[in-house]
Amino acid sequence: MASGTTIDVAQSLSHEMLRHWYEQMQTIRYFEEQVIEFFAKGLISGSTHPCIGQEGIAVGACAALEPSDLILATYRGHGECLAKGADPKKLMAEILSRATGCCKGKGGSMHLCDVSHGVLGTNAVVAAHIPISGGVALACQTRKTGQVTACFFGDGASCEGEFFETLNMASLWKLPLVLVCENNEYAISVHVSKSQATPNIADRAQGVGMRNQVVEGNDVLAVYAAMRAAVEHAREGRGPTFLECKTVRWERHSTFSAGRYENAEAAQKWRKVDPIPRFKSHLLTVGISEGALEERAERARATVAAAAEFALSSPPVSPDAILEDVYEP
Amino acid sequence: MGTVTTMRQLTMSQAINEALREEMRRQPNLILLGQDIGAYGGTFGVYRGLFDEFGPERVRDGPLCESATVGFAIGAAINGMRSVVELEFMDFVTVAMDQIVNQAAKMHYFFGGQIKVPLVIRTAIVSRMGMGSQHSQSLEAWFIHVPGLKVAIPSNAYDAKGLMKTALRDTNPILFIENVKLYSTKCDVPEEEYSVPFGRARVMREGSDVTVVAISAMVPESLAAAEKLGAQNISVEVIDPRTLNPLDVETIAQSVRKTGRVIITHDAAKTGGVAAEISQRIMEEAFDYLNAPIVRVAGLDVPVPSGALHPMVVPNQQRVIEAVLKMLGR
Repeated sequence: MASGTTIDVAQSLSHEMLRHWYEQMQTIRYFEEQVIEFFAKGLISGSTHPCIGQEGIAVGACAALEPSDLILATYRGHGECLAKGADPKKLMAEILSRATGCCKGKGGSMHLCDVSHGVLGTNAVVAAHIPISGGVALACQTRKTGQVTACFFGDGASCEGEFFETLNMASLWKLPLVLVCENNEYAISVHVSKSQATPNIADRAQGVGMRNQVVEGNDVLAVYAAMRAAVEHAREGRGPTFLECKTVRWERHSTFSAGRYENAEAAQKWRKVDPIPRFKSHLLTVGISEGALEERAERARATVAAAAEFALSSPPVSPDAILEDVYEP
Repeated sequence: MGTVTTMRQLTMSQAINEALREEMRRQPNLILLGQDIGAYGGTFGVYRGLFDEFGPERVRDGPLCESATVGFAIGAAINGMRSVVELEFMDFVTVAMDQIVNQAAKMHYFFGGQIKVPLVIRTAIVSRMGMGSQHSQSLEAWFIHVPGLKVAIPSNAYDAKGLMKTALRDTNPILFIENVKLYSTKCDVPEEEYSVPFGRARVMREGSDVTVVAISAMVPESLAAAEKLGAQNISVEVIDPRTLNPLDVETIAQSVRKTGRVIITHDAAKTGGVAAEISQRIMEEAFDYLNAPIVRVAGLDVPVPSGALHPMVVPNQQRVIEAVLKMLGR
């Protein structure tokens, strides 16, 4: 999407809304930086997959959803949970395996959930949540709830069989579903040029007759505009949309595995297309002051500091609680 | 009990159909997913008539993709529906394994109880029809190894209806294992509403010399064996666990305390089969009462061959009779 169009989108929105999105993007960035710090200090077992550099997709897409709409995301899903309204304190406590976490400390970084905010879970098996999101959308359609379901996943998921199976079924049944592919170009080490047969993953949707669009994923306004149209389309009962949001991954795959880039330049590419300074320059263009943005950034830092403090001061999971929730009584 | 029960004979297939029909009338959010389940009535006819009564939205034919179909069923289940999926042959659970094992079974746990998965996956063992290695497996043991799943495996119409009624009111993911060989077998089924709880084994025939714990198609085979052995004054108790998770160890242990001898039998390959787990549980509960080593009468550890060869691999009543006689030194 051309930048002129992006400014048009910005000018059509209230400054309060734009400042809010800026604060959300900063909150996600600081949240992930805090998680990385906690991991480095040995406070997080396992692994965690930061979405640094992809904040524009989470915020832009979730901004186009109603609070009652539903989302599912991946193990790189902290950003979507925050953007959909999940409590940062409970998320951070969950990531630190505390009893006060959103999943009572048993889900961890890759299995987050907050039903009260429409977050029906993040998933640690690549693409497995795509058919599940189809079923969630099918339930909305069958029960005529008017809700739209959004499913976030990466470029890797688009090579799994379940991805193709779901594309077919979602299109066949005209489900109120938006498939949001965050193409960040890399698996742990493999570049999309070695894993994708077509330059655009969105091309796959054409094979099943699904509405689709390639979106500049580092531009929160472009994501919002595309998502808004997709959500409207779905809510009107006209079926699913496939959005391929082109973005660039942070310098590593996870805190656990470094991943590998072809060279140092590729590893730092995300900084050149970083969605946060890009959005900031748009906001300055439409007349929002530097001071107002700094105030929002400061609020974001305070939110994350409070979440970190809450998590650190929360109790661990008790041995009894480990045995609970295997079955619903 | 005081209540009059009106009995009629139903096949196992009819009994499962009736349980589904009754619960679909009770629960407007109950949907069926699968392929060939609509007007066709399911590969083995279990859904006959349901499409006509409940329509295409609730009896939803879809594409052939077991994995996404189970995924869709999970998605619907976590969002206010109750889903039933038909996987026509048990062998095809392999294609949907991630959704069953990594998704349905674990979600309630790793989401801290926020998400419920009221899902029944119906599938059928087809071990006695000569359809070859990819259509003849009994894979129930895989699923008792996964915390978060329940596993039901009825052997007759009465239990099948009662267990299905329980399954359709449970809020956990359940693997409901039927058996094509048993679909046409008949028994008394009450007209009145009833259900069979999970985790309660059924003593199918009382006896005092040997306990035979039998699963699925080996239940009628073992009852036939017990009948023949009875003619030789050998008294065999036959127990059907009916559900493998939860497993009613106490009923089995009680029987073993009485007989001191136990044979466990199933179609599934012997190594790593359910019999191994039941055997271990007996030793934990009733080791001191055993007068003989526990014996397994199970499928041979080979893929089930095609055509007329399958009886050489899958056990039968004759092998149960031989095992009982050997155990008693006769």
